Amino acid sequence: MIELYVLMGLMIAGAIIAIEVKNLLSAVVAVGVIGLALSIIFLLLKAPDVALTQIVVEIVAVILLIRATLHREIAQKSCGHRPFGALMGILFLGLAVIAAIVTFASGLNPFGEPLMTVSQFYPVNAISGTGATNVVSSIILDYRAYDTLGEATVLFTAVIGVLTVMRSVGKKKEEDLQENNE
Amino acid sequence: MNAYMPYILCMILFCIGVYAILAKRNIIKIILGVVIAEYAVNLFLVLVAYKAGGRSAIFSETEVILPGAMVDPLPHALVLTSIVIGLATTAFLIALAIRLYGKYGTFDITRMRELRG
Repeated sequence: MIELYVLMGLMIAGAIIAIEVKNLLSAVVAVGVIGLALSIIFLLLKAPDVALTQIVVEIVAVILLIRATLHREIAQKSCGHRPFGALMGILFLGLAVIAAIVTFASGLNPFGEPLMTVSQFYPVNAISGTGATNVVSSIILDYRAYDTLGEATVLFTAVIGVLTVMRSVGKKKEEDLQENNE
Repeated sequence: MNAYMPYILCMILFCIGVYAILAKRNIIKIILGVVIAEYAVNLFLVLVAYKAGGRSAIFSETEVILPGAMVDPLPHALVLTSIVIGLATTAFLIALAIRLYGKYGTFDITRMRELRG
């Protein structure tokens, strides 16, 4: 699994560049690199459905982020740090290390040996139960279809939220009202 | 310790994301931190599901594939949901950032606080 470590190293390097680089557009492109490396890692970890979704989502997210950073003269200007936040970040890092040690010591399954106690049900019963040869799609569309319904609800709520925040109709009406008052 | 090495790398990635959220003043950098932390969590769940030498959770007509030889399909299904929801929240954050830029003319969150009336 040396390629997994190489790609994860690429992800960490991309993350550090994305956080520390001055130009916002470069930071967005670095996040694109992270997402595409993550997609290849999903392929290596035998999750092709997740890899496909990750590629699509990554491209859409990068397009949206470029929309936010393009044509902004401030994109070149770096804003610096919050000292208190950096202190809290270092504190969080210490807490994360402690939590990781506790979790590894108390029986997280080692890499490459999944627990498969509950989820063994799905591969065994997927064909006879749902007729789907792809176990992942049998889970998201049959066994846990309510999860997918909730996902669609969250997605459309977010779309409505974005449209509400980005619309310019309300602003125009306000200006009309001010003109009428004057 | 080698058995936990991918988990540790994944945790480093998550810590980088959280550091960006806590320590950066530029709102775009904060959004990038949220995105990176989200990627790290998704990656962790798929790492936990991986079985050494396992196959994808897809059956075949021409080949006999035993259910015991597959990777864990349940985290894959849940991560699929999580990725799409992550995109939705990211899009909402970006919309708020664009709107804040239109109002204050800056991405710096500390200056937004000073400008609040």
